[in-house]
Amino acid sequence: MSSPATATRPSLVSRALAHLDWRSNIIYIAFVVVFVLFAIFLGNDGFLSPNNMLNIVRQTATISIMAVAMTFVIATAEIDLSVGSVAGLASVVTAMATAQFGLVPGILAGLLAGAVIGAVNGGLVALLKIPSFLVTLGMLGLAAGVSQWITASAPQPISDRLYVLIFGGGDFGPVPGLLVWTVVAVAVGWLVMNRTGYGRRVLATGGNPTAAAYTGINTARIKFTVLLTSGVAAALAGMLYAGRLESGRFQWGQGDELTVIAAVILGGTSLFGGRGAIIGTLFGSLFMGLVNNGLILAGLDVAQQQVVRGAIIIAAVALSRKK
Amino acid sequence: MADTIPVVPAVRMRQIVKNFGSVEVLKSVDMDIVAGEVHALAGENGAGKSTLMKVLQGVHPITSGTIEIDGEPVDIRSTADAERAGIGMVFQEFSLIPTMTVAQNIFLNREPRGAGGLIDDGAAERAAKELFDELDVRIDPGARVEELGTAYWQLVEIAKALAKNARVLVMDEPTASLAKHEVENLFELIHTLKSRGIAIVYISHRMDEIRRVADRITVLRDGGVVLASPVAELTAAEIIEAIIGRRLASELVYRDRGLDPEAPVLLEAEEIASTSVLESVSLAIRAGEIVGLAGLMGSGRTEFARVVAGLDRPTRGTLSVEGRPVRFNGPLAAQAAGVALIPEDRREQGLVLEHSVSDNLTLPVLDRVKTGPLLSPRKLRELTGELVSRFAVKVADPYAPVNRLSGGNQQKVVVAKWVNTDPRILLMDEPTAGVDIGTKTEILDIVRDFASRGNAVLFISSELPELLAVADRIVVLREGRSFRDLVRADIKSEEQLQLIIQGEAA
Repeated sequence: MSSPATATRPSLVSRALAHLDWRSNIIYIAFVVVFVLFAIFLGNDGFLSPNNMLNIVRQTATISIMAVAMTFVIATAEIDLSVGSVAGLASVVTAMATAQFGLVPGILAGLLAGAVIGAVNGGLVALLKIPSFLVTLGMLGLAAGVSQWITASAPQPISDRLYVLIFGGGDFGPVPGLLVWTVVAVAVGWLVMNRTGYGRRVLATGGNPTAAAYTGINTARIKFTVLLTSGVAAALAGMLYAGRLESGRFQWGQGDELTVIAAVILGGTSLFGGRGAIIGTLFGSLFMGLVNNGLILAGLDVAQQQVVRGAIIIAAVALSRKK
Repeated sequence: MADTIPVVPAVRMRQIVKNFGSVEVLKSVDMDIVAGEVHALAGENGAGKSTLMKVLQGVHPITSGTIEIDGEPVDIRSTADAERAGIGMVFQEFSLIPTMTVAQNIFLNREPRGAGGLIDDGAAERAAKELFDELDVRIDPGARVEELGTAYWQLVEIAKALAKNARVLVMDEPTASLAKHEVENLFELIHTLKSRGIAIVYISHRMDEIRRVADRITVLRDGGVVLASPVAELTAAEIIEAIIGRRLASELVYRDRGLDPEAPVLLEAEEIASTSVLESVSLAIRAGEIVGLAGLMGSGRTEFARVVAGLDRPTRGTLSVEGRPVRFNGPLAAQAAGVALIPEDRREQGLVLEHSVSDNLTLPVLDRVKTGPLLSPRKLRELTGELVSRFAVKVADPYAPVNRLSGGNQQKVVVAKWVNTDPRILLMDEPTAGVDIGTKTEILDIVRDFASRGNAVLFISSELPELLAVADRIVVLREGRSFRDLVRADIKSEEQLQLIIQGEAA
């Protein structure tokens, strides 16, 4: 076994090259390749128009926000399958509460719904040591059921203009509000992951739980908080759906968990924990949005889009295998 | 004794007693660890070495006794207490995060902060670099730990402990996984640490290392101190005698089973080398013969068994089974050729712990207990009953999970499982580890009986009394080479064998 330990600190460039293992950077290559391909073949269908570009950002904002939180979950070697359903639940809870009690109670109710589910997920995983796969799979069905039940499967219109303006409908000059939400989520996620003790403890918990515990890290608390945050982020995403589409529906977010997980894995975060790449995650979700957009422009129907997306998810997981 | 312990040693342990339930593991142990010295701690497995160090590290609180650090009495009840008292631990593994950089590991959970309370990785790398420079160790603090060879992990561990201002470092068999030149580097580092006034507790079974690196030695036997002295005044033979003591050798005696010196050779290895530590191992086992494989940790015993069992490929040399050269491309090929391996770690590698005794026993021979394509409950029951009685497995319910059995009975299940597959060549890696003496003699009887039916056995063990009891010949490995091949009758005593293993005898 040879070691790359070297006498002197290598230059930034050579270190960047040495660390450039294609597995964690494939997303950037894939993003550029697919973008160029679409630009060539779909340029005439309006792919490159500024409007279409902004549309991709708008449509991926909810995925990006859930994916940033999911990066933390997966970095601890856990998973959250309930995010799509939680988004749907939060969208209807917010819509109903806003209609009845006003804007601020509505926002709080939506976030609270996500926090409660995230806390239950986290509590079961951290305290009772139930695998997160099972807990959140159960919660996926549970949350979807609750949102259908309380709405009798009916859409919940949102008439509060300020809500629509804040949560996704509005623009700041030429900048869509959803782009702002995405940038804030990614910036906060990146800082927390890379520059705070909390992020370090998340990575340590996923990288080697025994060692983390020896070092005095409360790994149960870390697992609880990442799942709690994931629930809140999913609720926020659901509220953005509600704002952009001016209604709460139990269908909002349905199936998003797969897109979100694919985005995170494609972005270079390992399913086995210990690694979390927030910028990669952003490009992972932009990539998923790009593919969706391109397939629609190319005239593929919904069934065909599903086939392509499924293939991408399998490829993403295959790439995330241990070396 | 011409001993010169300073008035105030770095660590003074007095009358340390540790009980687990009603079992007294440490019986009033005294130990003085002096700053700037290496203090070897030796003794057989179970003598109390690790318990004593776990007491110092705060893993086990003491039952009674006192610990003083620099003359001040301290109460060590947790690893955090130990850390505060300046006790550092160098774990063999488990304490680094492989996906993080060296510097991030060293400062994990105590990261240097920069502007706005955010982590400053640059500062951490500079501090780590400074530390490595002081120690004269060359490691890139920005490299991820998983990219480093295992030898560097230990150095990072040491740096991590020093960064927490450890003044006493406990190293448990630190050279076990190191290559020769890496050992030299470690010794140089130990020298540097000594000159900085760090006290080192050095746990080792290797006399050559102890005599080279240690200033002082404490030998434990049965939970008490039997020798405490400066190393320079002792010979290897004296240390070994202290470790072994006078045994009551009644249970474990060698029995001459009247071997046929002309019996056909079942297993022959010629100059086997592998990508791991093996450099050149040669041995032959005849039908009916039990060959013991002895050597220090890391000498290549397990690695050799893995090659013979088809788990690893040899890079050089030839392996012959019943006179025919073989190249196994996997464990199934080895099993087909009649080779079975009873692995070192029964809980990890030998048993499905949640499954029943019956399921475990019949797993390798499921094809024999079928009626048509289906498993026959009747045949399964019969085979289980036969094996349980033949190997005297003490089990109330053969359908209860095997992890409810005692360690010795679990090991009997493993042995029964493999002997029942009718191998011609049985490789056993530490088959009696953690097994009580009664079960141990039963397992040795099973092994003798198996060999006497015309089979070959390779018996790997660190416990010399049992090796001397069961083996007809003993091959000693040293640094990946088979360097002695001894007939049982030529070995006069355990001490003599131990000296040969340590490389101290001509």
